Amino acid sequence: MKHSKFPLILTIIILTFIWAPIIILVANSFNASRFGTVWGGFTLQWYERLFADRNVWRSLENTLIVTGVSTVVSLVLGSLAGFALHRYKTKIQKVHMGIISIPLVIPDILMGMSLLLFFVSIGMPLSIVTIILGHITFCISFVAITILARLQDFDYKIVEAAKDLGAHGWTLFRKIYIPLLAPGLLAGAMLSITLSLDDFIVTFFTAGPGASTLTIHIYSMIRFGTPPVINALSTIFLMLTFLLALIYQRISRRKLN
Amino acid sequence: MKKDLLKNIQEKLITFPSFTWLLIFFLIPTLLVVLISFRTSDPFGNIGVGFTLSAYSEITNMSFLRILIRTLRLSFLNTIICLLLGIPVAYAIARMEKKWQQNLMLLIIVPFWTNFLIRIFAWKTLLHPEGFIGQTLTFLRLIPPGTPLLYNEGAVLLVLVYSFLPFAILPLYAAAEKFDFQLLEAARDLGSSGIQSFITIFLPGISVGIISATMIVFIPTLGSYVIPDLVGGPTCEMLGNRIARRVFTDRDLPRGSALSTVLILAVMIPFLIQILVRKSKKSGKISAVEALDK
Repeated sequence: MKHSKFPLILTIIILTFIWAPIIILVANSFNASRFGTVWGGFTLQWYERLFADRNVWRSLENTLIVTGVSTVVSLVLGSLAGFALHRYKTKIQKVHMGIISIPLVIPDILMGMSLLLFFVSIGMPLSIVTIILGHITFCISFVAITILARLQDFDYKIVEAAKDLGAHGWTLFRKIYIPLLAPGLLAGAMLSITLSLDDFIVTFFTAGPGASTLTIHIYSMIRFGTPPVINALSTIFLMLTFLLALIYQRISRRKLN
Repeated sequence: MKKDLLKNIQEKLITFPSFTWLLIFFLIPTLLVVLISFRTSDPFGNIGVGFTLSAYSEITNMSFLRILIRTLRLSFLNTIICLLLGIPVAYAIARMEKKWQQNLMLLIIVPFWTNFLIRIFAWKTLLHPEGFIGQTLTFLRLIPPGTPLLYNEGAVLLVLVYSFLPFAILPLYAAAEKFDFQLLEAARDLGSSGIQSFITIFLPGISVGIISATMIVFIPTLGSYVIPDLVGGPTCEMLGNRIARRVFTDRDLPRGSALSTVLILAVMIPFLIQILVRKSKKSGKISAVEALDK
């Protein structure tokens, strides 16, 4: 049987297309030449300049607060939502499912715009608090859907067996539910960390003056700043993301075994 | 009876937190957008008290219509290109061995764990006249030196495709993975050509994936802001840029809201089409069953 080679060749081209910009960016972060077209020799000066920039550190601090708080809150709210959606099949849950799935598909700019108008209307000054409220809002849906998917292949026989053996209440929750749901909770947490770290639009619309996060800072650097320093920052960001993904994979694999 | 009541209370207790949160921070604010689009604005950037249609006066403007058409055009083109590239890739990956499939999907997804802005910035350096692509094309004598590659619709489309392609490949692959490839062999044995069976058997077989890929690409593209802002510049504004301009530069919230309402309507169209298609399919099936009964 002979297959056409075209899809395979196209796949290789697409992979190159996807990876090339990122590889060139990492290479340029060590490039002494300012405009990254020619190799001007190896340098760490862009990293030195990056670490000397106090605004970067301040916005990193804000980012960690925003991502930390919104992940914890959306994990609690999203898990409860996923649980409710799985457990009950009532009319309320149909509406609930609707209100949870719409934020998954609408463009970010609509969510940013609506939150901005909401905060302006109730007279709430824009600050890091409004950013956190916005991030929780878009993270809840993603956590809820992740938990719901995990619950769908949840084996209730294990719970029944544990009950037969006398487990109930707190023991049942801690010894049975939590370990079984841990991969789902972990996946939900990872997803909301990634989404929160990656978000620009909602943050841009809900951030007041002075409440700069890392993405806002990167944006203003791209518009007005020095390119090689962004390359250095991007490379660090990249390494951190890969590290996070690797840790996640290790943990989830161990959990499965 | 008592148990039912308990279950009911329990359900409301677990549903309450997320439901209330999304009601306050999602549903009400979205309705607020539509409401404020009918309000007046004052010169200080506040929302006035009266009701008016003046915020909508902009939408009959030629320059706005041009932006709206550009937004629709780029969204359509982006969706079509992502499908044209994504379907063969999903096909190729789904035909590989299981171990290869997982590794390749990982290779496609991993770059997209990096920050969205960083990926756009990477293209901005690549497309710079002094950048890698410009230099290569000049060297190959395909373009004269110094040709601007940035700040045009082509650049916007390129980066849109780059940003959305993996999101199209994911659902396409998920559908292709479940496809029974023996069907293609059977069709070939019965004399159908490769291309023919690809179109008449494989494409309908992964239609669920094609529909979700279309929605995943088309809807967010309608609301693009960052990509046209950073690689498109002022001559390639899309709807999202106009909204941001009204809000941040002009401090005119009602006008920004009116444009957002237009975007909400544009986003609803694909949903309505999907629902209509599903309904007609259903009624088609029902009439087919009825025909069989007779």
